[in-house]
Amino acid sequence: MPVDIDIAKVAKLARIALDDEALARYGAELGQILEHAERVQALPTDGVEPTSHPLPLVNAFRPDEVRPSLDRDEVLAQAPDAVDGYFRVPRILDEA
Amino acid sequence: MTDLADLTISEASRGLDDGRFSARELLEAVLRRATVTEAQLHGYLTIDREGAFAAADAADRRRAAGGRRGPLDGIPIALKDNLCTRGVETTCASQILAGYVPPYDATVVARLREAGAVAVGKTNLDEFAMGSSTENSAYGPTRNPWDPERVPGGSSGGSAAVVAVGSAFAALGSDTGGSIRQPAALCGIVGMKPTYGLVSRYGLVAFASSLDQIGPLARTVEDAATVLAAVAGWDPHDATSHPEEPPAFHRSLERGVEGLRIGVVAELMGAGIDPEVLAETRAAVDRLAAAGAEVVEVGLPSVDYALSAYYLIAPAECSSNLARFDGVRYGLRVEGGTAEEMMARTRAEGFGAEVIRRILLGTYALSAGYYEAFYGQAQKVRTLIRRDFAAAYETVDVLVSPTSPTTAFRLGERASDPLAMYYSDVCTIPSNLAGDPAISVPIGLDSRGLPIGLQIMAPALGEEVLFQVAAEVERGAGFAARPRLASSEVMEP
Repeated sequence: MPVDIDIAKVAKLARIALDDEALARYGAELGQILEHAERVQALPTDGVEPTSHPLPLVNAFRPDEVRPSLDRDEVLAQAPDAVDGYFRVPRILDEA
Repeated sequence: MTDLADLTISEASRGLDDGRFSARELLEAVLRRATVTEAQLHGYLTIDREGAFAAADAADRRRAAGGRRGPLDGIPIALKDNLCTRGVETTCASQILAGYVPPYDATVVARLREAGAVAVGKTNLDEFAMGSSTENSAYGPTRNPWDPERVPGGSSGGSAAVVAVGSAFAALGSDTGGSIRQPAALCGIVGMKPTYGLVSRYGLVAFASSLDQIGPLARTVEDAATVLAAVAGWDPHDATSHPEEPPAFHRSLERGVEGLRIGVVAELMGAGIDPEVLAETRAAVDRLAAAGAEVVEVGLPSVDYALSAYYLIAPAECSSNLARFDGVRYGLRVEGGTAEEMMARTRAEGFGAEVIRRILLGTYALSAGYYEAFYGQAQKVRTLIRRDFAAAYETVDVLVSPTSPTTAFRLGERASDPLAMYYSDVCTIPSNLAGDPAISVPIGLDSRGLPIGLQIMAPALGEEVLFQVAAEVERGAGFAARPRLASSEVMEP
């Protein structure tokens, strides 16, 4: 059976502004995909450790040395909006 | 006389060394081929003529001065458009990155440049490498060079198509669930996914970080090894890159398979695989046995759950990685009253349907209340799959299967059915989940004249035996057919 999900909540969490028609479409598609993906729950996995990553690497250290970074102006040149060496974004906090 | 664009890298490199032609002439031949094929093929999103000619002329000057850098010096190579190229637009075939010009080169791009390779341009892909047909490109699909009504596979479909027709000698692609091997199979060329960590991913726009690997697409196994040798190795910019010396895979090509044990994966040789693909796969395996290998059937029971696990793990990681596209630092911005509205509108407008589908799927699989049942369980299944592979490699040196369950399908055929499209990667996904290397080698054509690839898989850092077997498969198949779009007939109306 297709999985029933609260697609509006998921879209809000993912920060994607979708209209009702798109939400209904994606909700139905995801329900079908998840119905297939749910098969993983059929396998017994008691005591099985999850694999998050194929390598046994624990950490990778480098010397703590001062190195040049990317050029600030070149990086900011790609921004949709920048001012005085900063990225500029719309208001985040209510001023009220 | 052979058109220079049809040479292999090793032939072209010898010709340059002998002074029979220049790097500029090689590049001109490749660009002429692109001029003939691109109108139908659409393999390239960007061709950097100016940069390419400057690199070719520099290669010619080095050779004239006796300072050749290696076998790739002066060889035209294409780059998948999810690899950052300094000063050259990098879009990931997405509207959200339209016009983005990276301020740095990916490590693989820098290494190719150091090796003297000539970067021809950026190739088309499924948006952010999510897809199996290159139909999910925001800039229009790439066509299959063997039949333009069909897809080239994906997501590295542009890379596969341009190498197949000769508008590049080789290309780099990325492979998260088969995105190098499946298009290579569908376009009749060689495509290889290295061991996780063998090649640095610094400058590869991330899709699913525990699965993504960069690898070569080329017309021969030897050429694929040459390109891999140039880009492999530890990189301080990628914390997941292997610190050890890369395996000596370039030295094993002539060894043959006498005495090797080869396992045929039972789960990938039955239902769901096209009968003609199965027949060619069995014929290729028989040739390996005739060449002295011992062939046995091997079971990997958990592999039946690989597709399900992959479509939880990959979207989960994608939903996290693609959070960076928020209209702040690069790419598209759609204005909104607040920062959050701006971000949500930017993402809705900038991402295509498949990318949105996977972000939503991954967000759901990671969300409170569902994490253990979906993402956590998929990670445990991943462990079971890795155990199956480890057990198999206790008795065999390599595993083989078809690369793709079918040959190239028609444009639009699977576009409206995500599950049918996802099934295209059923044979290739297990190696990504395991983190192991795998390669696709062309072995024949089906009755429609479409290419079929054989997949060879090896244990982690087993590139040496992987290329050893791949070279024998190539010799045994004697695959010499060329796609219709690469021949001169396309010039006639």
